[in-house]
Amino acid sequence: MLFDTESLKEVLAQKESWTREELAKLLAESPERQKRFSSISDQEIPRLCTPDDCGSLDYLEHLGFPGRYPYTRGVQPSMYRGRLWTMRQFAGFGTPEDTNQRYRYLLSQGQTGLSVAFHYPTLMGYDSDHPRSRGEVGKCGVAVDSLRDMEVIFDRIPLDKVTTSMTINGPAGILLAMYIVVAEKQGVTPDRIGGTIQNDILKEYIAQKSWIFPPRPSMRIITDILAYCTRHVPRWNTISISGYHIREAGATAAQELAFTIADGIGYVQAGVDAGLDVDAFAPRLSFFFNAHADFFEEIAKYRAARRLWARIMRERFGARKEASWKLRFHTQTAGCSLTAQQPMNNVVRTTLQALSAVLGGTQSLHTNSMDETLALPTEASVTVALRTQQIIAEESGVTNTIDPLGGSYFVEWLTDEMEKQAQKYIDKIDQMGGIVRAIELGFPQREIGDAAYHYQQQVEKREKIIVGVNKYAMREEIPIPILKIDEEVERRQVENLKEVKRKRDQAAVKKELEKIEKAARSNENLMERFVDAVRVYCTLGEIIGVLRGVFGEHRDPGML
Amino acid sequence: MISLDALRAREVRACARLMRWLDDGLPEARVLLKQLYPHAGKAWLVGITGNPGAGKSTLVDGLIQKFRTRGQTVAVVAVDPSSPFSRGAILGDRIRMQQHALDEGVFIRSFATRGHLGGLASTTADVVHALDAMGWDVILVETVGVGQDEVEIQNLAHTTLVVMAPGMGDEIQAIKAGILEIADVFVVNKADRDGADRTVRELQMMLELGSSVEEPEDGRGHESQARKDFAGPMRRLGPRGWRPRIVKTVGLTGEGLDGLVEAMLEHKKAYQEAMKDVDFKKALLRREFLEIFRRTLLQRGWSYLMHEDHIREIVEELFGGKTDPYTLAEQAVSALGRL
Amino acid sequence: MTEQRKLRILIAKPGLDGHDRGAKVVARSLRDAGMEVIYTGLHQTPEMIVATAIQEDVDAVGLSIMSGAHNVLMPAVVEGLRQKGGGDIVVFGGGIIPDDDIPRLREQGVHQIFTPGTSTENIVKWIRENIKPR
Repeated sequence: MLFDTESLKEVLAQKESWTREELAKLLAESPERQKRFSSISDQEIPRLCTPDDCGSLDYLEHLGFPGRYPYTRGVQPSMYRGRLWTMRQFAGFGTPEDTNQRYRYLLSQGQTGLSVAFHYPTLMGYDSDHPRSRGEVGKCGVAVDSLRDMEVIFDRIPLDKVTTSMTINGPAGILLAMYIVVAEKQGVTPDRIGGTIQNDILKEYIAQKSWIFPPRPSMRIITDILAYCTRHVPRWNTISISGYHIREAGATAAQELAFTIADGIGYVQAGVDAGLDVDAFAPRLSFFFNAHADFFEEIAKYRAARRLWARIMRERFGARKEASWKLRFHTQTAGCSLTAQQPMNNVVRTTLQALSAVLGGTQSLHTNSMDETLALPTEASVTVALRTQQIIAEESGVTNTIDPLGGSYFVEWLTDEMEKQAQKYIDKIDQMGGIVRAIELGFPQREIGDAAYHYQQQVEKREKIIVGVNKYAMREEIPIPILKIDEEVERRQVENLKEVKRKRDQAAVKKELEKIEKAARSNENLMERFVDAVRVYCTLGEIIGVLRGVFGEHRDPGML
Repeated sequence: MISLDALRAREVRACARLMRWLDDGLPEARVLLKQLYPHAGKAWLVGITGNPGAGKSTLVDGLIQKFRTRGQTVAVVAVDPSSPFSRGAILGDRIRMQQHALDEGVFIRSFATRGHLGGLASTTADVVHALDAMGWDVILVETVGVGQDEVEIQNLAHTTLVVMAPGMGDEIQAIKAGILEIADVFVVNKADRDGADRTVRELQMMLELGSSVEEPEDGRGHESQARKDFAGPMRRLGPRGWRPRIVKTVGLTGEGLDGLVEAMLEHKKAYQEAMKDVDFKKALLRREFLEIFRRTLLQRGWSYLMHEDHIREIVEELFGGKTDPYTLAEQAVSALGRL
Repeated sequence: MTEQRKLRILIAKPGLDGHDRGAKVVARSLRDAGMEVIYTGLHQTPEMIVATAIQEDVDAVGLSIMSGAHNVLMPAVVEGLRQKGGGDIVVFGGGIIPDDDIPRLREQGVHQIFTPGTSTENIVKWIRENIKPR
């Protein structure tokens, strides 16, 4: 127990008398500002937390030590005193050439890892010359159609020195295959490259909606990737189980936590069902959370996530390796919290959010730029965002000690509360028959839709405040410069694609595509086929096209 | 304005316009309905009803595909509930049918119930007749699907499908009494799930026991039925001796859809056979007339009451305590004839 | 017949982006304001949206785009409607749309653009003031 029973009794007695006397007297004279105080997730927040609010917590069982089960206080024994988190700004736009230039700039400014944003056609498995790609090329990320584009993106970037995260899901295996071949051409063998593919298709159905195939074949491709990487790319994080998008779609903090962990359970179960040893692949699963505006709620969410996952891996899946129990995570500050109005304020929002991620023990961090509700960030604004992290890391002093908020009555209470609420959802999803089934029934989608609408109504009633939007709004806005993607990018990229198609060995392309179809129809590992196919410059759209023919396409079930 | 020629040529813009006029109750629409009436009677009207979550829209999507490959044109009428509070609605059925958006042989139209109970909108029958007269080969009507009392579709459709999915609790119990009796074909959708076979068995058992499935009437002796028609629920009219088929499907993959179409065609054939019978035809005509009569009466009455604030006068009179509501209602009805 | 004219609005998601939070929140708000809302679902081409708007005989089409493809996709819907005889259907839009792009979109026939932070109340108000059942 955190506190012994005797002193708890005394605290409780005093709390009652304080409530009756000092507090009651003051409230009678001047009532509080609001009838009810709640977090941004509309979680009711108590006036004051005292030892009795965490009376059932046992220090060793629920908190323990950093780097030791259940990891509530962090996954490494020395945390940021040893190594700072990886500063990893998500970036990508225009042509591969444009993106390569931005990466080399960021690395020169002290960024320590890369994170690739692909444009929508790539995310959805279309080449830049597809009719569905019109208007989208290079807009929201970098255009990648073939190996040629990946060669350009990583030109003069040593892939044995940097780690790269790729936000890609449906076509994740194909992009990883391209990365492997690019590294190979640099003379770096697959066992020496490191990084992450998001590869989290479940959250696509739940929230992000960049899907290609229906859930079941998608899960099969994922287990193929798990198996392949376990053997050939051991340092690669095979799935980044993502709550970020779930939160951006309007989920509460507890829902973000719950559905993300439930997705994680879904992947581990799929791996186990495919005959893999849980300890062989679980250590390569990582997580990706949102850092939203409610400071303490977010910190509690990260701490609860670690404790929850450790218990699930050890008790539910019987994992024996400590590495399987540890929840490592990347964080991105909340894009949806930024405002187009008075955009400079976004720097402050991002700072607070980034601080919550650090106090919550993140392993890597992306800080949004102030202009991201308007367009992709300019070089100037992305520099401020990166500097924000550097200031937290090197000026603020918060990195000097581990889990500085551990033991705060409020934070411990809230951590416990988050865990309980998430567990409730997980139980419900288990009862439905697991996360894939719950998604088919539209359960998480509906919960999130309801939460999003509830929040919007609170904002419109001004029960929740957004500074500069529903309070302190100004007539005259201060304009800031924004990045524009020229429509010319589309033309150039389509030209490049034509060139690639003209120069490649057509017979080899045809042969590899046939092999992919055969593998898709059997249970042969698709990853091996992808690597061979991209090597001869089969395009992403061609490969996905073949798979669409075999697996079919997922369509919006339109849960409202 | 809408030309009859444009409607008969199934011009999308004209079709869509007429649907809107019908939905909004514009008097012009009634004029067109009269002109269209002689052309109706060729389409095959199919009703699709069943629990929410049973996969009706996905099934409709698949059926569109099947009928299109057979070279037939398809119109879809999808009904969703209006909110009883705001009286607005979100019409989302067609999300699952958007792959047919560009096919000119397909016309999809969403309607809100606008307070009408029974699983359809109050104007659905008119809408369907209009589509029929325009020359659409197959008209698929998807009901609201909130479960009970959605029996109105049987008065409209030639062939009625009742869709259910296993794993949603006790399916058969869940479909309340009333809706089971209207099925010409039972569709056990999402049949890749556990429990599909059990659902099929339960349905079979129920059909064998014959406990709750009433045989349709073929209209014989319809002359003596007039009193019943007004008093009780509409009788189910269909080919005599038809035993409902049970078909398993997986809407998402299209599995079992061929079997479903086959079962539907069997019923269509039986229905057409029954149509050769004069009594059956007359029974259908009577049912159709009574339905239109009922609505016309109601609409006329309503416009009378709203006209020059008659309703307010009536309330005032009642408030004065000089007379009773029965007398006033009779007076109002007699006044209708003089309009 | 008793007339009851109702606003019918199509809320559509053109292009490849999957951010439907805004579209769905707007759809719900319009419903709660008493309108009939047809929702297309995600990943629609301009042609699909045009066909849907015509078949459903809507009074207006609301386009939600977050991917930056608005300069291509929004005018494509306006133009498509014109070609298919639906030039009188009002087109409005929302999403991540820089101020600089708005004048040109208006010139191309997009009646109104709602940028991030617009309250749904304002959207409802604008629709009520500017769109009548046809």
